[in-house]
Amino acid sequence: MEYLREVLTRQVGGYDQLPEVLQIFLPMLLACLLCLGLVALIPLIAIWAERKVSAHMQDRLGPMRVGGWHGWAQTIADGVKLLLKEDIIPAQADRLLFKLAPLVVFAGGFAAFVVLPFGESFIVSDLNIGVLYIAAISSLGVVGIIMAGWASNNKYALFGGMRAAAQIVSYEIPTVLAILTVVIPVGSLSMQEIVKAQSGSVFNWFIFQPVTFLAFWIVFLGTLAEVNRTPFDIPEAESELVAGYHTEYSGMRFAFFFLAEYANMFLVSALATTLFLGGWHGPGFLPGPVWFILKAMALVFVQMWLRWTLPRLRVDQLMHVSWKVLLPIAFVLVLAAGTLALI
Amino acid sequence: MQVEAYAGEEMVLNMGPQHPSTHGVLRLELETDGEIVRNVIPHIGYLHRCFEKHAEKVDYPGVIPFCDRMDYIASMNNSLGYALAVEKLMDLEVNERVKTLRVLMAELNRIASHLLSVGTYAMDIGSFTPFLHCFREREKILDLFEWLCGARLLYNYNWVGGVSHDIPDGFEAKTREFLGQFEPVIAELDKLLSYNKIFLERTANVGIISEEQALSHNVTGPNLRGSGIAWDLRREEPYCGYDTYDFEVPVGLGEYGPLGSCWDRYYVRVREMEQSLGLIRQALDRLPEGDVQEHIPRRVRPAKNEVYDRTETPRGELGYYVVSDGGLIPFRVKVKSPCFTVLSLLPAIARGGMVADIIAIIGSIDIVMGEIDR
Amino acid sequence: MKRYFKDIFQSIWTVLQGMKITGNHLFTRSCTLQYPSVKWELPERSRMRLFNKIEDCIGCGQCVRACPVDCIYMTTEKRAKQEPPLFAADGTPIKLRVTQFDIDMSLCCYCNLCTYPCPTHCLVMTPEYEFAVQSKQDFLYRFAKEEPQAPPKPAPTPRPAAAR
Repeated sequence: MEYLREVLTRQVGGYDQLPEVLQIFLPMLLACLLCLGLVALIPLIAIWAERKVSAHMQDRLGPMRVGGWHGWAQTIADGVKLLLKEDIIPAQADRLLFKLAPLVVFAGGFAAFVVLPFGESFIVSDLNIGVLYIAAISSLGVVGIIMAGWASNNKYALFGGMRAAAQIVSYEIPTVLAILTVVIPVGSLSMQEIVKAQSGSVFNWFIFQPVTFLAFWIVFLGTLAEVNRTPFDIPEAESELVAGYHTEYSGMRFAFFFLAEYANMFLVSALATTLFLGGWHGPGFLPGPVWFILKAMALVFVQMWLRWTLPRLRVDQLMHVSWKVLLPIAFVLVLAAGTLALI
Repeated sequence: MQVEAYAGEEMVLNMGPQHPSTHGVLRLELETDGEIVRNVIPHIGYLHRCFEKHAEKVDYPGVIPFCDRMDYIASMNNSLGYALAVEKLMDLEVNERVKTLRVLMAELNRIASHLLSVGTYAMDIGSFTPFLHCFREREKILDLFEWLCGARLLYNYNWVGGVSHDIPDGFEAKTREFLGQFEPVIAELDKLLSYNKIFLERTANVGIISEEQALSHNVTGPNLRGSGIAWDLRREEPYCGYDTYDFEVPVGLGEYGPLGSCWDRYYVRVREMEQSLGLIRQALDRLPEGDVQEHIPRRVRPAKNEVYDRTETPRGELGYYVVSDGGLIPFRVKVKSPCFTVLSLLPAIARGGMVADIIAIIGSIDIVMGEIDR
Repeated sequence: MKRYFKDIFQSIWTVLQGMKITGNHLFTRSCTLQYPSVKWELPERSRMRLFNKIEDCIGCGQCVRACPVDCIYMTTEKRAKQEPPLFAADGTPIKLRVTQFDIDMSLCCYCNLCTYPCPTHCLVMTPEYEFAVQSKQDFLYRFAKEEPQAPPKPAPTPRPAAAR
């Protein structure tokens, strides 16, 4: 944000004559708008990509018509359709919570974007507790999911909400522990500091170091579970719970859940990129932010690849994976990282 | 699992008739305690189409389209059972070509049916890709059928005293081509789904039908063989000359858990597809010359008699009890449905499982509501 | 303990194997047919819409009797002696005038049973499959040339079984 203010001061004549409040507020607004644009744009691309990826993995073609080339405008058309649809609220639903839930879910994903280091100076706010902030704010979504499940007054939605709560709480723990293995050698929770610690050659990336290599997979699986993707998609398991917590949602409210899911997918991939894949570092022929988005999108692709390959776990098996597999390994990794740091 | 210690309030969950994985319009009343299912009550009848009453109103050949619509996934096998029953009633023996063609089509349809069953099972467990891979292959079989008799799903192919069409030119080569490219698909399916650890975890320890349960509930077909009992009507009571073919009866082995689990039943189906491939090859190899329709009177009028005939459909033992009063219209056609008997076992095997297990069990017993409700 | 690690290894291994397969399929040719722009050729035996070449129809009513769902409605009247003799394409003399030959395609079950008994092969199933209509009434195909005087029998009154 400081960078944005600097640019504005330099480029826009008379900017420094504005009142001090405006001078601070305008860059904030601009950054927020940029983030919002990103949050809206990335899911659009990701949803289209998911359709194409899934289609080709299943020997289909996927959307081919809207917009001409390979149906690139399909998501936009769907968005417009969802906007135009009737807004249905079940008669027995808790109206306030029902309306609030999609917003809470979306806001959780949106708020986390502010600490993503897209480039050397492309970061809305380089909080000194950035990692902690992401871990905290991305769990906010679960509140919205439970709200949606409860407010719908639908048993399937309630099941979905309860499952989501149990799942996200369980997977938060190994994920955060695994993130610690990065934080220990860097010595900072700031996202930019972590990226800077991986500068230099590719082999400085944390994924190429023994302890953090394993940690990467734990973070990847843990975050996969947090965003409810296959094989951990039990909260919305369509063959069991119809659609889980958003069974009763339609129209734009459903679109918000959908957008939030894909925004969250990108968010957790961006988190893993920052922590393990060197953030915006990359060969010089592409600018930093492009590298960052490319790496994150590559991880999103792996998430899709997994989704279209694997069956779904059962609730108790999900808990088993979290508490009996990921958690012990994460503890061992934290110990190892700590020992290495001491030496 | 010691669930008693965590017992809480029970909630009645109404699963179906509109639900993605109740395979049609089955309604299940689940009494759930959290994720654990205390009791399951299946409610059927949403797809009742008065098959047996219809059969009392139309002449003998006219029943066949209705037979097709019972188990619409395996129409060839369903109409075959009826045609055989009426032929038995008329004391009619069809020639070798008809028999071979019937075997050929029945086995092709068995593959198509098992592909659908396996594919939807994958989808029930949450894996979408095998489902579409299976459908891609099934579509090729349906194309063959369309070429053969003009319809993709409800063929009206097996007639009383013959089949409706002889195979068109080039059908044999095309079928062989399909068989050749289908074999690797099974291997791929094994890798992608059958031996997937998550799939094994979800299915190999769930929905166990013991041998005694299976026998006492008259479970038949792949479900029975999944419990380790090698009973196949094609082998035990051969019809259509099945005794002259060389094939194995795959049974569940309990490799990855207790015998008779969902995975065993699933895997029996996969192995049966392989056996069907062999049967089709043999049928194509022999295919004798002959007329595809026996000369029977245009208006079938069997003598006063009654007959029970059973055949092995992809879902199990399908029995037709046909009573003739000497007229043009059957006096009574009663159907013994394989899916109905296995559905009666559902409460017994689903109790104490989880909600997700119910889905796994329903998918593994492979029911078609059209046949249960008729 | 050994089993614990074996399970983890197996999970990872089978997942990777599955990913290899789906990854390969990502680059194989899709089998989708882009339907309205590309259409498949139906085999000649395809059983889609019924068609009756009314010029050849002798009004024997065998198709009506064969239909298991009673979707063919036919009324005939005797042709007068003094009318010029008519013959179907295969030479069968036409003695009855078909005043109504309606097929309700919304009731048809596409079983093909009606076309086999037809003595002049004038009733056939065509490979024409795109006949979606806006209203259910439009599924009633009228093949008779002359409009019947009375409005056509709308309700298919079930024939008593003994009549056959």
